[in-house]
Amino acid sequence: MPEFSKPSIEYFELLPLLIVFGAACLGVLVEAFLPRERRRIPQVLVTVGGLVAGLAATIWVATDVEEHADGAARGLVGAEGSVIVDGPTLYLWGLILVFGILGAALFAERRLEGGLSSFAGQAAALPGTEAERQAATKGLDHTEVYPLLLFAIGGMLLFPASGDLLTMFVALEVLSLPLYLLCGLARRRRLLSQEAALKYFLLGAFSSAFFLYGAALVYGYAGSVSFAGVDKAVRAGSADHGLLLAGIALLAVGLLFKVGAAPFQAWTPDVYQGAPTAVTAFMSAATKVAAFGALLRLFYVAFGAERWSWQPMLAVVAIATMLLGAVLAIVQTDVKRMLAYSAVAHTGFLLTGVIGAQGAGDLAEGQYSSLEGVLFYLTTYGFASVGAFALVTVVRDAGGEATGTAAWAGLGKRSPLVAGAFAFFLLSMAGIPLTSGFVGKWAVFTSAMSAGFWWVVLPAIVSSVIAVFFYIRHIRVMFFNEPEPGETAAVSEASLLTVGTVAVCLAATVVLGVVPGPVLDLVVGAGDFIR
Amino acid sequence: MLSTLIWLPLVGAIVVAVAPATLSKLLGMGVAAATLVVGIVAAFSYQVDDGMQLTETYTWIEAFGVHYALGLDGLGLLMVLLTVALVPLVLAAEWFTADDTDGGGARAFVAWTLALESLSLAVFCATDVFLFYVVFEATLIPAYFLVGGFGRAGRGAAAMKFLMFQLAGGLVLLASVIGLYVVSAEQGEPSYLLSDLAALDIGTNAGRWLFAGFFIAFAIKAPLFPLHTWLADTTEKATPGTSVLLVCVLDKIGTFGMLRFCLGIFPEASEWATPVVITLALISIVYGALVAIGQDDVLRLIGLTSLSHFGFITLGIFAMTSQGSSGAVLYMVNHGIGTAALFLIAGYVLHRRGTTLISEMGGLEKATPVLAGLFLVAGLATLGLPGLSPFVSEFLVLVSAFDYAWYVGAIAVTGIVLAAIYVLWMYQRTMTGPTPPEVEGTTDLDVREIGAVAPLMAALLLFGFYPAPLLDVANPFTDDLLAHVGVEDDGPDVPAVDPDHEAGTEEEAH
Repeated sequence: MPEFSKPSIEYFELLPLLIVFGAACLGVLVEAFLPRERRRIPQVLVTVGGLVAGLAATIWVATDVEEHADGAARGLVGAEGSVIVDGPTLYLWGLILVFGILGAALFAERRLEGGLSSFAGQAAALPGTEAERQAATKGLDHTEVYPLLLFAIGGMLLFPASGDLLTMFVALEVLSLPLYLLCGLARRRRLLSQEAALKYFLLGAFSSAFFLYGAALVYGYAGSVSFAGVDKAVRAGSADHGLLLAGIALLAVGLLFKVGAAPFQAWTPDVYQGAPTAVTAFMSAATKVAAFGALLRLFYVAFGAERWSWQPMLAVVAIATMLLGAVLAIVQTDVKRMLAYSAVAHTGFLLTGVIGAQGAGDLAEGQYSSLEGVLFYLTTYGFASVGAFALVTVVRDAGGEATGTAAWAGLGKRSPLVAGAFAFFLLSMAGIPLTSGFVGKWAVFTSAMSAGFWWVVLPAIVSSVIAVFFYIRHIRVMFFNEPEPGETAAVSEASLLTVGTVAVCLAATVVLGVVPGPVLDLVVGAGDFIR
Repeated sequence: MLSTLIWLPLVGAIVVAVAPATLSKLLGMGVAAATLVVGIVAAFSYQVDDGMQLTETYTWIEAFGVHYALGLDGLGLLMVLLTVALVPLVLAAEWFTADDTDGGGARAFVAWTLALESLSLAVFCATDVFLFYVVFEATLIPAYFLVGGFGRAGRGAAAMKFLMFQLAGGLVLLASVIGLYVVSAEQGEPSYLLSDLAALDIGTNAGRWLFAGFFIAFAIKAPLFPLHTWLADTTEKATPGTSVLLVCVLDKIGTFGMLRFCLGIFPEASEWATPVVITLALISIVYGALVAIGQDDVLRLIGLTSLSHFGFITLGIFAMTSQGSSGAVLYMVNHGIGTAALFLIAGYVLHRRGTTLISEMGGLEKATPVLAGLFLVAGLATLGLPGLSPFVSEFLVLVSAFDYAWYVGAIAVTGIVLAAIYVLWMYQRTMTGPTPPEVEGTTDLDVREIGAVAPLMAALLLFGFYPAPLLDVANPFTDDLLAHVGVEDDGPDVPAVDPDHEAGTEEEAH
């Protein structure tokens, strides 16, 4: 019987994770011990405090990490190999935490609903019943959303940092389960919200099963679940090549579901539309960052030597995703659904960057790698997406958020600032120069082109043209269309929380578009994954 | 110097946007005038025969090899001067129509116009392909809001069409710009500086593909048949002032880009594509003129004449002779002046009569003799009457066309004949004839309106009789360009056209 040895944990490097999970547990305690009406303020403080502390710790760790191995990367393999804290991990952590803070600010917004949060007063009360009305009149609030948010963020932090397939799977579940719940908690249009949650849960559970099956097959091939071990086995090669390919395919299904790539994108519009918009804003950005981080680590580190097998597969998925997203967005009449399909298209653009993987020797001096391109794109898209959804929360009519496109007509005349900001986010997503979206798009397209995937870049250009159409059409609706009587939305006054979130996103979108240099340097400085 | 030139109107646009609306027009005019002064100062510090000058180069995005690099050569200088001169005139001509409550108001009009001016100047000064691409695309946003926010009913759809065409072209260009980066990265550290790119060794195949991307984008911009369909709709629905900015400044970016990037970076591919391009140019010349003849809307008609003119410019560029290139550069300036005058005067007519339909006009001549007279001069300039500046450039382009092949010249000449038809017939139907009773009281042009077109008229006459200043600036540029492309003019044994006395001496003089 092997002797039990104490696992060594690098507490300092794992500090961001520990802080966020600790704050989440603290939130649960607050929920358990404080009376209902006094929970909100402590919950918000714990959440935002935890996230800010996590961000500070991330920056502290980032300034302190040492070179790993031969200097190819910076960071260390922690927690007995199950968590890898390297440059990309730290960058992604920072990004997720920033989006988490912005999301938490949107969660805490109460002025828009007249002093109530945008979450259901009592989730257990059936829609349309007396119990629901009572909950509404009593002004009940679900403060559980804050610990749920923290757990989701904790999972997202662990997801791209995981060093083996099992940790990755656990992180996937930790981030997904709270999101399923959050999606079903909308205060208005509750049936739609609950449908979204159920759909997300069923499909998500299904895809998790795929992921697990794939992990099992890869273990069968490599005899190890750690990425380093899988990488070694892949490089050594073996007779059961089919086992590896099947494993890669099944793992890809699980991750492609999370990022919303075709043909696993079907949940995206329904969930984005049904979920409370604050949740949509948060998860459209943060989930994408975390899932792409995990996707990059899995494919670049574990299957890097097998790239000839998975690059064509991802290329086809990328083409299908961006074309499908762009085309279906055209026929949407709901702003949230339009943004959801646009998110699908952006997933395709991101995948275009992912397939641009090249060996270190293939890159010219001073050329950036595909990993850096994708990380930068995630940054730009995340800010634009959070900002756009945050603006959706303030455009309202008597029935709550007015998400029908027709209701936005003439908004440019009634509220030029909100319409202008929304137009700016749309232009950024469309990739118009001098916005961050352009630089991001340029970066990922160039990676793919450098790797010889011109046949993916061309459809990407085509889908960009298609996507421009529906973005510009919405700008036209806002600025040049006359509102139809009875179908007008107005901008409600929001508190500093929402306004601040939008302002941060707007500033980031402008700055990253005009002077992307510093952030690009940060991304380049993050270096490569630890292999 | 060039940074001041570019940033001044942009800062002005922001100031106008936040300043009280009552001050918008005065502020805007002040900024436009100041920009004009900076432009003139730049022109005086420019040394002919000195290549790219007034350069500024800073690293912008190091990871992408992108620089904030500006510089002026002969072509750039002419375009910059055209831009800074036209903007104040447009503001003056649209002084009262900009207030139209139906549109976005004077503040928005002035602010967007200044933003457009700034970005267009940046396009003409950029010597880094990435910077060029960024401002090339960014000009579309102010242009979109100018088309969509001001003008006649249906402008929303027209703006949408305009933007879709332009952005589609821009994205095709993006593919080529990315391709350039890849080629550049394969040969060392990637850089987007024009000087670095011109020295690149681009493979024949790659060069041709990249050239195609650049050319398609510029052909949409210019526009060239069959990518011109946005042009007529846009000029019809937008205000005449906006059309001036679009057709006389923004569209020049297309032909500017052909000269600077297609010929400058892909000389081999440009020569390879010459037959196709010249065919398209000829179709544009003849088709544009024919369609213009059939129009009933004055603004649409003027828009379509530009299709014909851009055909001439493209023909001059791709004929690859020194007369052709110089003629094309001159044509870009002269077309800007002549068409601007036509658009602005047509705007005065629209303002007075409330319609732009030729069939509903007639007999204006007696009621408004000054208006009619200026309209005629601008029209005659457009059809290339000797003594007015477009004649010189048209002549040079035709010489080069005959030089290329006699049938090319022969087809191109028909464009001049057709131009006489559309201009004179339009004049006849709108201005001459019996004066209907409702027209009789129409007021003639006031001082402001005359002031807005008078500089254009003066320029038409001046450069018609004495084009030397323009040629002095253009010739060194075209010599450098053709030397880079590696073509030499054929010997003097090709006097395929009767040497016209006036232009002939002009050429010998230089």
